[in-house]
Amino acid sequence: MNMAQQPIAATGAGADDIKIRMSELSKVFETRKGPFVAIDQLSLEIPQGCFFMIVGPSGCGKTTLLRILAGLESQSSGELIINQPKTSQRPGNSMVFQGDSLFPWMSVFDNAAYGLRMRRRPVAEINEIVGHYLARTGLRKFRDSYPHQLSGGMRQRVSIARAFANDPDILLMDEPFSALDEQNKLLLQEELLKIWEETRKTVMFITHSVDEAVTLGDRILVMSAHPGRAKSIVDVPFARPRSVLELRARPEYGEFVYHIWGHLRDEVDRARALDEASAS
Amino acid sequence: MSVASPSSSALFKLLKGKRELILNIISPLLMLLAWEIAAQMGWIDVRFFPAPSKIFNTLLKLIESGALWRHLSASMQRLFWGFLFGGIPALLLGIAMGLNRTFRAVLDPIVSATYPIPKSAILPLILLIFGLGEASKIVMVAVGIFYPILINTVAGVLEINAIYFDVSRNFGARGWQVFRTVAFPGALPLIMTGIKLGVGMGLILISLAEMVGAKSGLGYMMWNAWEILSVETMYVGLLVIAALGIVFTLVLTEIERLIVPWKVTR
Ligand SMILES: Nc1ncnc2c1ncn2[C@@H]1O[C@H](COP(=O)(O)OP(=O)(O)O)[C@@H](O)[C@H]1O
Ligand SMILES: [Mg+2]
Repeated sequence: MNMAQQPIAATGAGADDIKIRMSELSKVFETRKGPFVAIDQLSLEIPQGCFFMIVGPSGCGKTTLLRILAGLESQSSGELIINQPKTSQRPGNSMVFQGDSLFPWMSVFDNAAYGLRMRRRPVAEINEIVGHYLARTGLRKFRDSYPHQLSGGMRQRVSIARAFANDPDILLMDEPFSALDEQNKLLLQEELLKIWEETRKTVMFITHSVDEAVTLGDRILVMSAHPGRAKSIVDVPFARPRSVLELRARPEYGEFVYHIWGHLRDEVDRARALDEASAS
Repeated sequence: MSVASPSSSALFKLLKGKRELILNIISPLLMLLAWEIAAQMGWIDVRFFPAPSKIFNTLLKLIESGALWRHLSASMQRLFWGFLFGGIPALLLGIAMGLNRTFRAVLDPIVSATYPIPKSAILPLILLIFGLGEASKIVMVAVGIFYPILINTVAGVLEINAIYFDVSRNFGARGWQVFRTVAFPGALPLIMTGIKLGVGMGLILISLAEMVGAKSGLGYMMWNAWEILSVETMYVGLLVIAALGIVFTLVLTEIERLIVPWKVTR
């Protein structure tokens, strides 16, 4: 598993602060129609504590990239280095998966406690941590409910609580809010920012919403489609802590979103042209 | 129902929840009633189809003498041990096959080749190997229960959405933990289906096995009734087995509702 790769020795100034480094990372899927390049020579450096956003048209390899980072998939070529102190007791990463991923056979509490239980943490610690995050995500009253008794927004909150409770070194979030209505999305974005402020973990957050990327992120990777490549990387200039609504009311916000859209629009157009070409 | 009095609407509410349960009980009762009438009126030959009231009398006699209880408990014990010896290996093997591609590739052809053999046809072989005692009966039940549980468990594991295995891996579950937290609970709905089918098969096979070289059990009771020409006793045996089938189905359905709450069918 590529997660097991040794952290590199720090070289030069600031190298210590790099949490994730990818060089020319590629992923090729063998399909019946032949090899399919999902990610093409992606090079990235993600600083420790960065809220890193990935935007791109659907099918551009965002989920694949996250799965490689999570060790659920391995890259076809290129190098991935994750800088985790050897002494760390923390799990390397925890993923908030795209779509429904709660175990239907477990209660809200058992779902949220899953990572801690698998690592055999003491019961008292589990109760305390899981209780804390269920309270933070407004789920305290639903701790004994089952996922099928919850709304989509509540299920997504459990999924987020599950990842935070596991206290990983890196949080991987794959379009966690994309299935939600605007109100729920806004509340959860706000809540996520608050929880994140407390821990300042390194986050890799996938979205297809430019608004969301600008609202939440420190840095945005815009990906191009077919094959997935880094189109541009942009730093978000807004100070923290942020309030979602206040930020969106500012004129600079609109300008910045428009700026990012400029990067993305060509890509969406190109992806559509490619789809049409392959359909006809 | 809009003009129903409060008490009758309360009753209606109570019954509504149990509608299926009540239909399950009423339909065999109606059949018995029709049978009784036909026997009393002489529409059917009572040498072969004695009136249910006569059968019921015999049933009471068999209960009083303790014979029915003795046979019933003998059969139930064999069923129980057969269920354990057949069901638990089937469950473990089924989950292992569902989880492991290599395991599946090796065992699938063996299972497919042996599954269609009618279990009744291997009774002579089982008797030869395990003798006329308890073991052969238990093995018959175990063999019958093994296949439905195995096949349904494998299907149950394969049906689990891959994302749950990704989640368990991402959150650090290893080996037995994956088995316990994902494979088993995820396959449980189909495992329950397998258990229901298996218990039905077990009932068939235990009656059959007890007809050969046994001195107790419902199957023996019926076989013996044939030898002494006591048709009523034969029917008591059939009745008890049918009742067992119904009771097992009801109990297992209720258990399923309790342990698979996320798959409730309303
Ligand atoms: N296991 C796989 N086998 C073959 N192709 C795959 C596999 N997983 C993903 N792909 C393809 O790789 C591309 C990128 O997928 P994905 O990373 O899920 O995109 P995104 O998350 O950006 O929408 C898609 O075209 C998808 O069809
Ligand atoms: Mg995706």
